[in-house]
Amino acid sequence: MALLDVQELQTYFHTEYGLVKAADKVTFHVNEGEIIGLVGESGCGKSVSILSVMRLIPSPPGETVGGKVIFEGKDLLKYQPNGREMRAIRGSKLTMIFQEPMTSLNPVLTVSRQLTETLELHLDMDKRAARERAIELLRMVGVPDAPRRIDDYPHQFSGGMRQRVMIAMALSCNPAVIFADEPTTAVDVTTQAQLLELMKDLVTRLNTSLVIVTHNLGVVARYAERIYVMYAGRIIESGRSEDIFGHPRHPYTVGLLNSVPRLGERHGTRKLIPIYGLPPNLINMPQTCAFLPRCTEKIGKCEKEPWPELRAVGDDHYISCYVDIKGK
Amino acid sequence: MTAYIIRRIIIGMFILILVTMLVFLLVRLLPGDPVMRYMANFTGTGQQNVMTPEQHDAMLIKLGLDRPIPVQYWDWISKIFRGDLGESLGVQQPISKLIADVLPRTAYIGFWMFVVGTFGGLLVGIYCALRRGTWLDNTLTTIANIGMTVPVFWLGILLIYFFSFKLGWFPMYGWVNPWDDFWRSCSYIVLPVASVALGGIAGMARLTRSCMLEVMRTDYVRTAWAKGLRERVIVVRHQLKNAMIPVVTSLGGTLAMILGGSVFIETVFSIPGMGRLMTTAIFDYDYQVVQASALIFGGIVIFSNLAVDIAWGWLDPRIRYG
Amino acid sequence: MPENPVESKPDDAMGAIAAPPRRSEWRRFVRVFFGRKLYLIGFIIVAIIVFTAIFAPLLTSYNPEKNDLPARLQTPNAEHWLGTDQMGRDILCRIIYGTRVSLIIGFSAVFASTIAGTIMGLAAAHYGGWVFAVIMRVADVLMALPAIILMMLIAGMLKGGGIWIVVFALGFGGIAPMCRMMCGQALSVKQNDYVMAARAVGMSNWRIMWTQIFPNAYPPLIVGLTMGIGGVVLGEAGLSFLGIGVQAPTPSWGGMVMDGQRFLLTNPLLSLMPGLAIMLLVFGFNMVGDGVRDAIDPRLRGVI
Repeated sequence: MALLDVQELQTYFHTEYGLVKAADKVTFHVNEGEIIGLVGESGCGKSVSILSVMRLIPSPPGETVGGKVIFEGKDLLKYQPNGREMRAIRGSKLTMIFQEPMTSLNPVLTVSRQLTETLELHLDMDKRAARERAIELLRMVGVPDAPRRIDDYPHQFSGGMRQRVMIAMALSCNPAVIFADEPTTAVDVTTQAQLLELMKDLVTRLNTSLVIVTHNLGVVARYAERIYVMYAGRIIESGRSEDIFGHPRHPYTVGLLNSVPRLGERHGTRKLIPIYGLPPNLINMPQTCAFLPRCTEKIGKCEKEPWPELRAVGDDHYISCYVDIKGK
Repeated sequence: MTAYIIRRIIIGMFILILVTMLVFLLVRLLPGDPVMRYMANFTGTGQQNVMTPEQHDAMLIKLGLDRPIPVQYWDWISKIFRGDLGESLGVQQPISKLIADVLPRTAYIGFWMFVVGTFGGLLVGIYCALRRGTWLDNTLTTIANIGMTVPVFWLGILLIYFFSFKLGWFPMYGWVNPWDDFWRSCSYIVLPVASVALGGIAGMARLTRSCMLEVMRTDYVRTAWAKGLRERVIVVRHQLKNAMIPVVTSLGGTLAMILGGSVFIETVFSIPGMGRLMTTAIFDYDYQVVQASALIFGGIVIFSNLAVDIAWGWLDPRIRYG
Repeated sequence: MPENPVESKPDDAMGAIAAPPRRSEWRRFVRVFFGRKLYLIGFIIVAIIVFTAIFAPLLTSYNPEKNDLPARLQTPNAEHWLGTDQMGRDILCRIIYGTRVSLIIGFSAVFASTIAGTIMGLAAAHYGGWVFAVIMRVADVLMALPAIILMMLIAGMLKGGGIWIVVFALGFGGIAPMCRMMCGQALSVKQNDYVMAARAVGMSNWRIMWTQIFPNAYPPLIVGLTMGIGGVVLGEAGLSFLGIGVQAPTPSWGGMVMDGQRFLLTNPLLSLMPGLAIMLLVFGFNMVGDGVRDAIDPRLRGVI
């Protein structure tokens, strides 16, 4: 039994231009102590999916209209988004690390205040204990001189350090699952690697699950055990990391991997092939496969039949496509 | 923080000096010499030739107006630093005494206007932001939009008509010093304060509401939600202080607006305050009084802006440690 | 404009909705502007006021400036719908002609202060250094006096000079806020890479200012212009109310409120109706300003 089981999650946005199915029947699960990757281009619905799980979709304009999010045997979608039950889980058992370290911390509160408030709320610590624990957390995420820096304000930290504070915050109540939404996109490459190593270390040590949401294949290749690839609001391929990278089966995943260089590959041995065209506009989409206009492998059936559901093509390997590129 | 405050004080002093120049130059550089304008007005004939040239020159010399402008300015400003604001042409009294009589009145009603306007506006704005989209929010926002457009003096007259004339609840106009008879003075200031405070409430409510909404959309408020905090905690701890930064920054402007409004309201309600003093002086071409009272108004605004800057530094750590 | 293929935009939490189909700017403007009832009401009020100002002589048969002492201080009746003032002039007629005075003063003063303020603001933002320092200190000083006090100083010392003195006073009072706003806007535009790019290809300062910075800084300018008219009309009414604005017999709403106050107890309409006209006009222009702001650039909502 998976720790967190998301089934056919549907989140729609009502925009002035029409209905946007930002997450359409998204299904994934997270096992205990596992690192998974949610990969896709900008705007494919990966952030929306995890914000829906956390019940943080701003409404209006957004609304989670269908599906189930089973966590500890309870369906989170049955709760009020900001009701007591949801608040008790949010920030303690399910936590988030956001993309923008520069804007995700409150500029007028000290780091200490922002760290201790979750501890006081969820773990019922008194001020003193919470402060001790906060210092310990900062040490854990590698903030130097933690006892002194804890009373500083966010603007006195660098981007990388602020993201470490965010990580400390996410870890503070020993969560079951941490969702990291593009955690390293806004920092430079060296810091990126340091932060990822840090997160991997910590979650392994604490046996916490980690969901990394990213558009960067390199990030997930190295850390994720299982990968979900999203396109236009749907999961189009999922499987173990080595299967996805070694034997991709969906034309989009194939295209994605062909368009990026790989580590250890000699320069010039393989030509990088871009995916032509642009991601679809999610408003009033046709019934057929959303990747169709850009697909190089399409067959006659694709034009006529609706977008297929996920089907198993191997051991724990699923794709939503009529074509199976196995053997190519 | 100390360095920040000292820097703000120095800038404030510098601007105050520039304001004295502006006021002085505006009064002196406009066409016609003050004696001519004063005398023409004083005799009520509109003619400028009521004095012989000799009398005119004697008057100029007596007032020191025959000297070059920079010298006159220096003379004026050095006297001000000694607490001497000059002498009124009209009533033949030291201006500092005139101002000492009227300034407390303006300050007293101005204080109430400011308090009612600011706190009323804050409460309405925060309420509307938290209950946005409800009928009460829509109603209050519409009233605030209309409140921004009401001329202060017209509102004063309207209030007099209904509350004094029709209902007889308050006196129609006049003034009683609160330190002479506090309760009677209250009945005199209710309508003047209400007239100006309504515009203040409207402006402050609009600003507060939009700042609160702005802050609600920020990433750090989303982070706060993600922590599982209650709405009340998020509003009080995470939103209010951030939303107050632009609101506090605007308080200097609010005070300036209220001072401006009090000029009209003193005319409507016949309150002998700073605004009346200056208006009357303009009518009499009593240029010394005009200069002095404009300077006082400027000084109050500069001083309150200084207070705002310090409050800003206190609220926003990015300024405090900047 | 044909519907272009959609461009992908930077991701955010709502990445999915960040790529709306491009529509013609003008159609969007019309849709947003007329989409909210308040904006529509504002637009209709402004249209009616402009119509009244243009066709004033057709709407009333009286002369707004001619005294008719036997008919003085009449309460509303069939001939004089809102009554007459102490000189026997028809109130409705004076209100109708008053729209002309208000609009002429409003537009002229706002244009004057906008042009001066824009040039000063752009120059300060663009040249920086001592130009910035001098211009900003000038703006600080002008803003240190409450606007009405500054206007009273100018109009009062030039008393009796007709409506152009009032325009001058009001326009002068409006320069500093406009200058500050343009400067702030231009400074933020200047941060953008395309301005850097223009500099890199060797474009002259002056050309960068007019081809790169100004077009990108103009939305708040348009909004400021519309909103400014309401403020200026209020200022004019205030000055005239104090007796140092537009002088009798020229019909000015503020002046009429002042004249009427003396007869408040016998005919309150004398004073209250012109005030209502001021409110309507200011409300109309403010709403149109809000609408223009939302329609041009929704990001500006709440900023100005």
